[in-house]
Amino acid sequence: MGVRVEPGPFDFGAECAAFAKQCRGAGAIVTFCGLVRDLPDATLIALEIEHYPAMTGPAIDAMRDSAMRRWSLSDALIVHRFGKMPVGAAIMMVATAAPHRADAFAAAEFLMDYLKSRAPFWKKEITTEGARWVTATQADEDALRRW
Amino acid sequence: MPLEVVYFAWVRERIGLPRETLETRAPTVADLVAELRKRGERYALAFSDLSALRVAVDQTLADFDAPLSGAQEVAFFPPMTGG
Repeated sequence: MGVRVEPGPFDFGAECAAFAKQCRGAGAIVTFCGLVRDLPDATLIALEIEHYPAMTGPAIDAMRDSAMRRWSLSDALIVHRFGKMPVGAAIMMVATAAPHRADAFAAAEFLMDYLKSRAPFWKKEITTEGARWVTATQADEDALRRW
Repeated sequence: MPLEVVYFAWVRERIGLPRETLETRAPTVADLVAELRKRGERYALAFSDLSALRVAVDQTLADFDAPLSGAQEVAFFPPMTGG
């Protein structure tokens, strides 16, 4: 079903249902949804995501193509939002469909690891104390090594 | 040759511009960075630690020693935080 990069909210349940409906013949579907998480002291007002419009779509298309080649997938969907979103909002989702669950799980994890560190998005936390850019972690970078 | 230079996240904020068109003969990204650093304090600050930066040449991730011949757009940004 492809790749969508968009500012508006999406309905995770409806997206999963639509994905499953057109995946005839798949034996397994894995879905993941990333949400705006509050800070431990509950000070997050919103998350603002900036992206590089000319690069984002092609970069995610390439990740999807790579996953489709590497595992026996019948389909993969990636939706990623940009702009400002409140605590609890869905930021992004991945859905993978395959004949067997191992491929669907592995491909979903691969896509998540790459989206985290190689898709041109930058998160800014707007808190009651001010705004700050989220920094990438070594753990995120290390996660790519297994692929 | 005219080159579009694009900045994102805190790089954009430090420089104070989202993009600009430069005339440059810099053969590599690193040479372009050296030219940019000379443009003032904001640039020097933004480019003070290259290990904190990533670069894309014509919308593809690249290294700082990547050649710029024929390139139309170079983007500088911090490590990405998608997902």
